[in-house]
Amino acid sequence: MSKYNIIDHEYDVVVLGAGGSGLRAAVGLSEAGLKTACISKVFPTRSHTSAAQGGISAALGNMGEDDWRWHMYDTVKGSDWLGDQDCIEYLCKEAPRAVLELERYGVPFSRTKDGKIYQRSFGGMTKNYGNEPVQRTCAAADRTGHAILHTMYGQALKHNTKFFIEYFALDLLMKNGECKGLIAWNLNDGTIHRFRSHITIIATGGYGKTYYSSTSAHTCTGDGNAMALRAGLPLQDMEFVQFHPTGIYGHGTLISEGVRGEGGYLLNSKGERFMERYAPKAKDLASRDVVSRSIAIEINEGRGVGNEKDHVHLHLDHLDPKVIENRLPGISESSRLFANVDVTKEPIPVVPTVHYNMGGIPTNYKAEVITLNGSEKVVPGLMAIGEAACVSVHGANRLGSNSLIDLVVFGRAASKRAAELIKPGSPHENIPENETEKCIDRFHKLRNADGENKTADLRLSMQKTMQSKCAVFRTEKTLKEGVKEIRKPFDGMDSISVKDKSLIFNTDLVETLEFDNLIRQAIVTMDSAYERRESRGAHAREDYPKRDDDQFMKHTLSWCNGSKTIIDYKEVNKSTLSNDVQYFPPQERIY
Amino acid sequence: MVQINLPQNSKIEKGEYYKDKTGSKNIRKVNIYRWDPSTNQNPRLDTYEVDMDNCPSKVLDLLNKIKNEIDPSIAYRRSCAHGVCGSCAMNMDGKNGLACTKPHSEIKGDINIYPLPHLKVQKDLIGDLNNLYKQYHSIEPWLKNSKKNDNKENLQSIEDRSKLDGLYECIMCACCSTSCPSYWWNGDKYLGPAVLLQAYRWIIDSRDEDRKERLQKVADELKLYRCHTILNCTNACPKGLNPAKAIAEIKKMLATT
Repeated sequence: MSKYNIIDHEYDVVVLGAGGSGLRAAVGLSEAGLKTACISKVFPTRSHTSAAQGGISAALGNMGEDDWRWHMYDTVKGSDWLGDQDCIEYLCKEAPRAVLELERYGVPFSRTKDGKIYQRSFGGMTKNYGNEPVQRTCAAADRTGHAILHTMYGQALKHNTKFFIEYFALDLLMKNGECKGLIAWNLNDGTIHRFRSHITIIATGGYGKTYYSSTSAHTCTGDGNAMALRAGLPLQDMEFVQFHPTGIYGHGTLISEGVRGEGGYLLNSKGERFMERYAPKAKDLASRDVVSRSIAIEINEGRGVGNEKDHVHLHLDHLDPKVIENRLPGISESSRLFANVDVTKEPIPVVPTVHYNMGGIPTNYKAEVITLNGSEKVVPGLMAIGEAACVSVHGANRLGSNSLIDLVVFGRAASKRAAELIKPGSPHENIPENETEKCIDRFHKLRNADGENKTADLRLSMQKTMQSKCAVFRTEKTLKEGVKEIRKPFDGMDSISVKDKSLIFNTDLVETLEFDNLIRQAIVTMDSAYERRESRGAHAREDYPKRDDDQFMKHTLSWCNGSKTIIDYKEVNKSTLSNDVQYFPPQERIY
Repeated sequence: MVQINLPQNSKIEKGEYYKDKTGSKNIRKVNIYRWDPSTNQNPRLDTYEVDMDNCPSKVLDLLNKIKNEIDPSIAYRRSCAHGVCGSCAMNMDGKNGLACTKPHSEIKGDINIYPLPHLKVQKDLIGDLNNLYKQYHSIEPWLKNSKKNDNKENLQSIEDRSKLDGLYECIMCACCSTSCPSYWWNGDKYLGPAVLLQAYRWIIDSRDEDRKERLQKVADELKLYRCHTILNCTNACPKGLNPAKAIAEIKKMLATT
């Protein structure tokens, strides 16, 4: 214990993560007069929200008639009925207000002729309960996430949010099942900091880096999810990993669904618009799981393009170059840089690529974390928002542009709830020292690890296993192998090596801690997938091709202790929040 | 007498040499600036022989390969890997850029990688950008608009919105500011191209009601007029933006209002 000098802080609320949701929460908390700290391992504008391209959904109706109930229906259908409809109602009803708020914060949205926010078509977004495509996705060209993130950071500066930047969070501090704060390592000077808080809000994003090929940033390691697991809390619906249909082949860079929203389409090696076969109505604008599976089938049946016939083509060369220039400048740049393609002349080689985690820390629509202990219970002092959370509004499959809206709606919801729960400046309880010791011991042990296994090698082994055993299509056989294989890199940690022993910007140790976080999430993802013997949304089992509502219309909860997991289930909420809308009963999901 | 020598502890020494162990016939030498603040040693230049047959195309791929396979202790910032987060800005082959978008094939001879110039180095390729971030805060990068209508957006014409193009895309990587000699000498007071481009982004936003005050705020001998149109900034921008033009527009607005 004496090995490290610990610096103590006290805040009403600590927000962990400074992407779209973390910043929105921090702004709301500051407005409410709560003493707030926002901790991030990267400078806020480096967060992965910056990579979101196509837009943010809200039934504003700027491009024709729209209704938040239609948005709700689309989201429920997109979720393959695994989403909780009270939460989805909250999301879709709040969405227009949230987007207008962003506009007034200064987000440089693209505009319609009459000066309103421009909206484009996106996958699964329809008019009148599934009838025809609707333009609901509000866009700032194809850099919507970047525009929102920078604007939110500006708002946080306006409210003088207290930032702790380039601090790497290690563990939550728990006492009798309540969260009392967290411990973080300051990379700038190597010091260890203990934050005591009445509420801790986890906003650490997804864990895409468990896979070999993903659109995720290097920093998408789901640190908050892993902290929850280590605190003895479950993660929810981890088997639902979204493959975005169009990542650049060989590099993984995201090509926005906005391309198809603006009229782009997919072709196989025979020059067929194959989506017409899989989704006769929505075609290329079916939801992401459907399009990704269709591409995988085309490739598996030998109709892929290229020497290896292992990808397909995304065409936008038929579009007016002006449309491309004004609305899709970012993907033109990415295609040139990473595929060497001029999109006005050639197709982009694309392949389904890991993109988003529907699963995460279970919460209610107020962002309070839920656990199962006999019955469903709120975990006092702990909230989760954004991709780290599983509210669940996305269920088994998220619709494109529903993630940015999730960030700001639930970022605000968390701050509102925190303001209800906390009296500013109330005194803090003591935290038992053994919590701190446990955390520091793990840190110290990894820092001084002197074994034979390189972190990079273990990480690669985990990523390859996830990529091959827990992909777009899954079977009993691949998952069974996966369950076994994914534990090898975990066991490899017993003999891991960290070369850099210093404390200032020790990125060797950061990556090792991140790997420790990733591997736990990989294990629960694989185990949760193995146990779900049905196909729903992004979880497609070749051996159980049908959705099985009788047995599996329920959320998976998974706990993890070492490499041992416990899997349990929790009911999907089948009621709405108000009488403004009725529950949408399960239907067959056809696009 | 004026002291013009570099301080003793900033002299870069010859570092470790990591010989190729793969037996590859396609080797390139990569020289990387290293400095560890927790030792009392001077900075050094480590050299790595890298097997280029198994290395993807960008400088970041090269660095990742070195970190994963040869030397995990090397420190650099990185995140999105496709030029939108601005983390991996560094000096490659004498030019500032993003490691994730810079192809190493564009570099002839040995590949030399340094931190962004003229920043306080925190470790290896990681520079201290806190001064730039504080300056960014000082221009108040948020919309100032007194209208209080919760149910409506501000209207903005397509034409007015297009004035933000070439500005809002800035990723604050600091490639421009750290390539600017004026910023090198007067970085404590001169706002530099990155921050001035951001200032102009708010000045020119038709929805903002604070244009006059914003202009007055930067109309300062040191904050603004240290720009001597050297244009290194525009040359360095990895996003193809033109900070020099934004600065010129601010000067023009000040001269004509």
